Amino acid sequence: MPSDASARPQGGSAGGRLAALVYGDRSRGLLWQAVAIGLVLLLGWQLFGNASDNLARQNIATGFDYLSRPASFVISDKLVPYEPSDSYGRALLVGVLNTVWVSFLACLFGTVAGVVVGILRLSPNPLLSRLMLAYVEALRNTPLLLQLLFWYALLLLMPPVREALRPLPGVFVSNGGLFVPVLHWSAAHLWVGLALLAGILAAFPLAGRIEERALAAGRPPRSWPAVLPAVLGPPLVAALLLQPDLSLDRPELGTFRVSGGGRLTPEFTALLMGLALSSSAGIAEAVRSGIQAVSKGQWEAAEALGLKRSLTMRLVVLPQALRIIVPPLTSIYLSTTKNSSLAIAIGYPDLVSVSNTTMNQTGQAMEAIAIFMAIYLLLSLLTSAFMNWYNARVALRTR
Amino acid sequence: MPVSRFGPAEALAAPLAPPAARGRLAQIRATYFGTPRNAVVSLFCLALIVLAGQATAEWLLLDAVWAGGPEACKAGEGACWPFLAEKLRFAVFGFFPYEQQWRPGVAMLLLLAMCAATMLPALWRRELLLGWVLALLAMYLLMAGGILGLVPVPTSQWGGLPLTLMLAVVGFGAGFPLGVALALGRRSRLPAIRTLCTAYIELIRGVPLISLLFMASVMLPLFLPEGWTIDKVLRAQVAIILFAAAYIAEVVRGGLQGIDKGQYEAATAVGLGYWQNMILVILPQALRIVIPPMVTLFIGFFQDTTLVTIVGLFDFLSSIRAAQRDPSWQGIAVLEGYAFAAVVFFVFCWTMARYSRWLEARFDVGHK
Repeated sequence: MPSDASARPQGGSAGGRLAALVYGDRSRGLLWQAVAIGLVLLLGWQLFGNASDNLARQNIATGFDYLSRPASFVISDKLVPYEPSDSYGRALLVGVLNTVWVSFLACLFGTVAGVVVGILRLSPNPLLSRLMLAYVEALRNTPLLLQLLFWYALLLLMPPVREALRPLPGVFVSNGGLFVPVLHWSAAHLWVGLALLAGILAAFPLAGRIEERALAAGRPPRSWPAVLPAVLGPPLVAALLLQPDLSLDRPELGTFRVSGGGRLTPEFTALLMGLALSSSAGIAEAVRSGIQAVSKGQWEAAEALGLKRSLTMRLVVLPQALRIIVPPLTSIYLSTTKNSSLAIAIGYPDLVSVSNTTMNQTGQAMEAIAIFMAIYLLLSLLTSAFMNWYNARVALRTR
Repeated sequence: MPVSRFGPAEALAAPLAPPAARGRLAQIRATYFGTPRNAVVSLFCLALIVLAGQATAEWLLLDAVWAGGPEACKAGEGACWPFLAEKLRFAVFGFFPYEQQWRPGVAMLLLLAMCAATMLPALWRRELLLGWVLALLAMYLLMAGGILGLVPVPTSQWGGLPLTLMLAVVGFGAGFPLGVALALGRRSRLPAIRTLCTAYIELIRGVPLISLLFMASVMLPLFLPEGWTIDKVLRAQVAIILFAAAYIAEVVRGGLQGIDKGQYEAATAVGLGYWQNMILVILPQALRIVIPPMVTLFIGFFQDTTLVTIVGLFDFLSSIRAAQRDPSWQGIAVLEGYAFAAVVFFVFCWTMARYSRWLEARFDVGHK
């Protein structure tokens, strides 16, 4: 905004100078800022004073010493070893890892489902597109907390372990959780997994280059003969070299409990389901509007060039739509991470839930809340930093 | 990225298609069974719809228990209607004293009437704002009592749907001016003000609402001088207002960015100061643009108010959960309660979403 200080009469008289000082843009701006900073400082000082008075009067300890004291509460879902004799700090770590794990899986499954639903929403078949619309509307127009409670209640209504349902061979569904076959995990499996990841990462630029060349030469772009070995080669080589144990640890139904296999608790399953479904609805809308925002002329031009529908989608429309989709996708990932804090309502030990137990036991609410707010801020910053990096990449590549 | 077999509808309306018979039946056949793949998709969808419809009808009507008590429902297979019949009033009004429940009822109707009136652009006048102030005051007096011979009811007994609606509407209404101020602050050219506003907005948007509710319920009492107490409902309301303000600020900022630079310059050229410029020229245009996204934001907030359950308030969802935990009904009608809540929320949110879309279409006409 242009400054108008110079336009005002700068009289030589003392009154004129005073007026310039009071009404001038610069001095008025400084005054406003001083007032704002002063108010914030005053408020902060007042709150700090009150808080330290209150804490002293109620004999509540301050500081973060409590983190090294034994937590003495049980956590059922954990990714790292934890015993009640471990410290509050360790319990907090378990909570943070649970939050990150469930948010990551929810974003992953939500994205896969959301992209599929978003594309199917544009199907020319009204039955299919209306069905997808119903899916999206049902999930978007009911509160997430209600959805979580509903899924949790539904899982608890499943039969007891003795009469567990068996939807697939080796999979048991009971009110005690989901039992699934897992591999006898070892370091060899980890290396094969990493090799697969490397293969997938290598395949993207490879496929891009092959298609680019083929299109430039006017040949049909067929990249799978090169991509398939690039993806599957490294893990196959790793598997041959390391010989991982490929037998499955299958859950077995005993008289009272299921032994072996992997167990997903009802709390984890309900939370993951709820978060993934609700984020998929949001992502579907983002994908649909992104694709629709690509102008009709692009479809027609691609058709005129003789591109097939699937190729038009992949080579012409999606790269342009991606630019529009990424920003809303970022905010959906961010809110999914934050929404994982609703875990506390169904008793999944996430960051907030562990912090809540901690502050009930120690009374150190300020420290516990400060820690989990700081961790959420950090997670939000990391997620948006990653998505901004991806966004910049997409924007550049599809110039 | 999955390779799509389906493109936008308009792209598929093939202009080169032969001029087939234009009969209704032929049209339907082309739409649903035009190609073998399309036919498979149609049949699959039909099967899914029929199965889902059948399951719903069985649960809701055919197998449902229509009369009797908890025992009948326990024995039955389908939905338990007696539960809803018995607990409906409790679910809607919570622990508000039974013989006084007409008061939140009237307050809720008043609020809904005001919302309906606000949805009509023809009524967007200064008088509407005055109407809102009076209506909210009347609602508060009706609920709290203590005058005109109404028995005082402490806020700890407020609950149910009126509380949910109140938390959302007051939270958004009070958060709005704060949000506009924050948005202006974030675009201010005074660095200190800009930094403060940006920090506030990003801080609030970076943490979950639950953490603010926890702060309000656990930490706020610690921050107050000795002897001061704040009501539990008011505490949650303050948290919701502060939360809403940050999100509203971002939407308003989007609107401010959409205003042509020439508008600022023209206003400055005719000698308007900063506040005159904002109040008379910029904000009226910016706020108009952001009304549809604001409605979408409100839908989100309306749903988020259910989180007050976690800090122990008796909103609509908590009342339903309390009804489910009634010893005589415990574990019998869990899904029924949630399904009822879902239907109520769906009706509210879906209506607002349709309204937002209608508004958007209406505004579009004026600009293009």
